[in-house]
Amino acid sequence: MLLGDEAVAQAAIDAGLSGMYAYPGTPSTEIMEYIQASREASSMNIHREWSANEKTAMEAALGMSYTGKRSMVAMKHVGLNVAADGFINSAMTGVNGGLVVVAADDPSMHSSQNEQDSRFYGKFAFVPVFEPSNQQEAYDMVFDAFEASEKYKVPVLFRITTRLAHSRSAVIQKEQISQKEFSLPSDLRQFVLLPAIARRKFKVLLSNYDSLSADEKYQAGNWYIDGEDKSLGIVACGLAYNYLAENCKGGACKHPVVKIGFYPVNEKLLERIKTECDEILVLEEGYPVIEELMRGLPSCEYRIRGRLDGSVPRDGELNPNLVARALGMKSGYGKDVPEIVRKRPPSLCKGCGHADMYNALNEALDKYGPGRVFSDIGCYTLGALPPYNAINSCVDMGASVTMAVGAADGGLFPSVAVIGDSTFTHSGMTGLLDAVIKNSPITVIISDNSTTGMTGGQKSHATNRLESICAGLGVEEKHIRTINPLRKNHDENTLVMKEEIAYKGVSVIISQRECIQTAARRKKKERENA
Amino acid sequence: MKNDIILSGVGGQGILSIAAVIGYAAVEQNLYLKQAEVHGMSQRGGDVQSHFRLSDKPVASDLIPYGEADLILSVEPMEALRYLPWLSDNGWLVTNKNPFVNIPDYPKEDELIREVRKVKNNLVVDADAIAKETGSVRAANIVMLGAASHFIELPIESMENAIRKLFARKGDEIIDLNLQALHAGRQQYKA
Repeated sequence: MLLGDEAVAQAAIDAGLSGMYAYPGTPSTEIMEYIQASREASSMNIHREWSANEKTAMEAALGMSYTGKRSMVAMKHVGLNVAADGFINSAMTGVNGGLVVVAADDPSMHSSQNEQDSRFYGKFAFVPVFEPSNQQEAYDMVFDAFEASEKYKVPVLFRITTRLAHSRSAVIQKEQISQKEFSLPSDLRQFVLLPAIARRKFKVLLSNYDSLSADEKYQAGNWYIDGEDKSLGIVACGLAYNYLAENCKGGACKHPVVKIGFYPVNEKLLERIKTECDEILVLEEGYPVIEELMRGLPSCEYRIRGRLDGSVPRDGELNPNLVARALGMKSGYGKDVPEIVRKRPPSLCKGCGHADMYNALNEALDKYGPGRVFSDIGCYTLGALPPYNAINSCVDMGASVTMAVGAADGGLFPSVAVIGDSTFTHSGMTGLLDAVIKNSPITVIISDNSTTGMTGGQKSHATNRLESICAGLGVEEKHIRTINPLRKNHDENTLVMKEEIAYKGVSVIISQRECIQTAARRKKKERENA
Repeated sequence: MKNDIILSGVGGQGILSIAAVIGYAAVEQNLYLKQAEVHGMSQRGGDVQSHFRLSDKPVASDLIPYGEADLILSVEPMEALRYLPWLSDNGWLVTNKNPFVNIPDYPKEDELIREVRKVKNNLVVDADAIAKETGSVRAANIVMLGAASHFIELPIESMENAIRKLFARKGDEIIDLNLQALHAGRQQYKA
């Protein structure tokens, strides 16, 4: 019984993985966690430490590939934005050992700030994309992905979505492949993207991309299932195929179906269903990637239905009922949720240090008025909700510091950033360097709970290093203040905040108290070991 | 055979342990299953649910369609009601009566229970009190599983084995406590 994430992880171990690289992010976190907890992975000496961010993870994975070994890097969809420079250019350099890049998309934004579709990145970089529809396919496709990566010497994108990442099912394992031997690239200039070399390599990349759409082995991941009723043909990508199957109640679909699990798709397959059927319905989780491809110009006479014509909602994740509606089938419904049921949004835990930090900050900023706090990605983003109403932004990892700098440039004073410890070492440090260089009048509060909290308490690179990092970046030591966010220290902490907020240069307040969740787990473990 | 179950509660209330017990029991019975969980942001005191699908044939969708759940098993009364759109006409709503209050506008308890009683097939259980009697209030989730076990198409022996397996590392005392909780819950309904 494995989660989709765990199926990917186990497959990587079984496919001869030598290095796993990642930064935590829902819904991808469990891939690395599984490999870290795996006794097998430990006995095989697979590298499996968290990286500072997705970009460093991506590049380390490419380095592992340079040595001829298989590596995997996993991240949430927005993590691929952070890693994009390394990712796109790794397609240009190509790989030595197989390199699989797992991007876990989050349609419906269960735990994210957008629902971008990583398949676009595959096309952007000209790399193959695998998209499994269930846990067993996820397991099996990882083997194909490593093989395709080595055959075409390109990194491979492996796209999963929340519903697969966090759903369990039985998975049958394959025989284990041993790890690859150390071997340097046969061409030692392979990874040197000087323009003259890059131009040559780009031609190879483009020609490989064409070959991939004709490669029978991988195109076998896309198949045609004939059906009698040709008034409609259905193209179902990844997980959407399950919702179609659900509506066929275990039987065969009466319409022809193309099931897609690999990109680039051989266009002949799409042409065939387009020619044979009166209308086409495209079902895909995320953006209308295949729909746009099949549609050509929106004015084309041929009817392609999907997210663009409203047959399927333009945004949000699919489910069996939405697919039933698109098929024109009746779908069931129980009873409405009674009015008495209230929303129960996530909230900071009782006793959380972020809460005490916000209480002090709100009081310290009271005399200046609202609208002065930039924040970031983590549990402390919940400070946007009542009773705190304490922050005015949450954009991307590290943006709190840099937005505070820009807003200060624009005349905002005070301009405050609130960022977590792990987010700070992920992408906040460089922004702080910008602030130091121009002596921006900003205050950065690092709410340090000594863990990566929102994703379940992974190790933070920042632990015990924050003061020296800030000093090293050039923040004056007398303006690096550390407080302990406890209710009993409220007055004292508020005073520290008032002083540093009033200072017209760069100041950092490290609000340091261990996450109560990780503290509880640590104490429980200590008791068990005692 | 098809058994679609929605497990619901608040982040941290232990619905994933219930899911694990049903999962082990289903594997012992050689059934197909899929179980969609909620991880991430909602776990911080938000509403959480798990779609659990058991069948003797392969299961396609990880999500249960609206109106097809045979059972809503909730460890919290307001969360029980949140998933009514999924409940089938003859489905059962089995819920703990004890609220988990972490929002300012939480409704009145008796009004909630009145709504629960409106569902054709409902069972309201004071799982916290029963769990306390059997030894630990922390086993309230297993009490709820016991109460709902009448509506889950798995032999009770398989659930017992599953509890032995799930709590194996915690020792016999914890196993026995949870087995007692399972049976105390099961006695809350006479088929």
